[in-house]
Amino acid sequence: MTGGLAATVVLNGLTLAALYFIVASGFSLIFGLMRTVNMAHGSLYMLGAYIGYAVFEPLYDQDVWWAWHAGILAGIASAAVFGVLMQATLLGWMQGQELRQALVTIGVSIIVADQLLAYFGGTSRQFFAPDAIFGSTQVPGVGRYPTFRLVQIGIAIAVGVALWLLLNKTKLGLMIRAGVDDRQMLAATGINVPLVSLAVFALGAGLAGLGGVIGSTAQPLVQGVDVRFLLTSLVVVIVGGMGSIAGTAIGAILVGLAEQIGQALFPTYSVILTFLIMATVLAVRPQGILGRPA
Amino acid sequence: MSERTGAVRTGLAARGVRSAWVLPASLALLAVLLVLPAVIPPFFTANILGRAIVFGIIAMSMTFLATYGGFVSLAQMMVAGIAGYTVAVLVPGAVPSIVGGVPYAVAIPLGLLAATAMGLLVGAIAVRTQGIYLLMITLALAVGVHLFIQTNIAWFNGYEGIRNVVGPEILGLPFRNTYVFYYTALVVAAVLYAMVLYVVRTPFGLALQGIRDNVRRVNALGYHAALHRIAAFGIAGFIAGWGGLLATFYNIGISPGTIGLGATVNILVMAVIGGLGHPIGAFIGALIFVVFDTFAADLYDRDRFNTLIGAIFLAIVLVSPDGVLGIARRLGRLLQRRPAAQPAEAPR
Repeated sequence: MTGGLAATVVLNGLTLAALYFIVASGFSLIFGLMRTVNMAHGSLYMLGAYIGYAVFEPLYDQDVWWAWHAGILAGIASAAVFGVLMQATLLGWMQGQELRQALVTIGVSIIVADQLLAYFGGTSRQFFAPDAIFGSTQVPGVGRYPTFRLVQIGIAIAVGVALWLLLNKTKLGLMIRAGVDDRQMLAATGINVPLVSLAVFALGAGLAGLGGVIGSTAQPLVQGVDVRFLLTSLVVVIVGGMGSIAGTAIGAILVGLAEQIGQALFPTYSVILTFLIMATVLAVRPQGILGRPA
Repeated sequence: MSERTGAVRTGLAARGVRSAWVLPASLALLAVLLVLPAVIPPFFTANILGRAIVFGIIAMSMTFLATYGGFVSLAQMMVAGIAGYTVAVLVPGAVPSIVGGVPYAVAIPLGLLAATAMGLLVGAIAVRTQGIYLLMITLALAVGVHLFIQTNIAWFNGYEGIRNVVGPEILGLPFRNTYVFYYTALVVAAVLYAMVLYVVRTPFGLALQGIRDNVRRVNALGYHAALHRIAAFGIAGFIAGWGGLLATFYNIGISPGTIGLGATVNILVMAVIGGLGHPIGAFIGALIFVVFDTFAADLYDRDRFNTLIGAIFLAIVLVSPDGVLGIARRLGRLLQRRPAAQPAEAPR
């Protein structure tokens, strides 16, 4: 592998990691506070992407400059609303029954995938980013590189910083962190934990929706992406450690790089590399790289 | 851990199923299934009963782990597929022929061996985790293997899969014969079912249930909990392997789609709908699933089968996490309680 190609592969890995981080951080956040494994997280990604596209397309046809921005907002909002509804109607009252919650979300994901197929059909779709971030940019050592993929890294960093600020500098973040440590104690101090749960669910689901629109701008949106992003979120969070934002970032970078480097070196066996990483981490640190022992 | 595994707990609450009537009921069911093909059309025999038995075997491997080990593994369909793929790669006549030339008499044991080995491997990777973590890890492994097989052309012919795996001849009759298929599947299922009921009464099975209930206590008694768990995964792999072989012969081949996430979730749906409290639940769930799968077109809309089955699954998980078995059990208890409650009210 030449130096330029190696640099391109690494950059590809990092841009992919950025997308994985955006999606998986929402998964991790929900798990961190509520111990809910949201098996519908991939469905939220796909829902956000399709709803976002439904808003984006007519606006784009009319040449409105904010079509893509509207798509992003619609994607985030639809996923967040769906997540809140799920928590409020299905998951909230079975708090603590983790396995049952996982099964419920699996049921939801079956239905959502099927309904999205019914409404949007099987044709692939893709967002067009605004002109400012469309096209390519000269990157030293790599050559011309799609601008949007670089923006993707910027968005991921912004999400990471925003989450860090939210968790460490706001009252809501204080409640969330307290809830992660001891949910019952938090409730005993008079805080409306179900309300905090709803807020966290909105946030986590919204991140999946954001990821959906971003991901579908970089690569086409097709049926079945829900599976891919659920799987990626699982692996990233298992590797990085449940409920840890920094761990999610590390996991996303490892998985993103492994995927791209694997595909460059041994295409048909690249999936094995990802799972080798997962198995190794589990063998050495079952709770994940930055996870706390259960 | 007890509140962590809430759903399984409720599912397992009635694990002390009175064993007195399990054997007679099972034998009666077997007798009915033996004579049923004589009175129903061949289509029902092969495509409903036969298919339900084959899926039921795979679902039972999941139920076995959930009921007696206390963990829900989503890797069972993938493990079943390993057996199917092993045979498909080896046997003569398969299209494309990848290794070929190995007779069924050798390929089938090798397939079962491969499934058992994969079961042990999944167990070894997942052994240090529990509950929800185990669910996630087994799911990730299942989808990982699926993606690997789908992209690997050299060994598994990638997306296309391997066709024309017709199955062995049994007593000189082709496996494609409806009744040969049906009775083979029935005998395999009955033997595996009996095996599960036997294994859980052996010292190994009792230790496994002890580990499910209280790991620390069993460890303190000197048992190696991790080894017992891995062995349970091996047994489940062996069971799933049989299901994978039968499914491959039934479909006359195997493709990545048959072991993907959809198929994995289908097996979970069957096991949960039937009930994770007893191995028979797997077969009940599989039968319900197959009946809906076959007749969804008349009920709702053929293309929206997934919405229908998803809604049923959701309803079961919400209303009765221990499945149809749990509903039956609660009805039974209700009927039993009524006569007992009346004398208490009589003095008034």
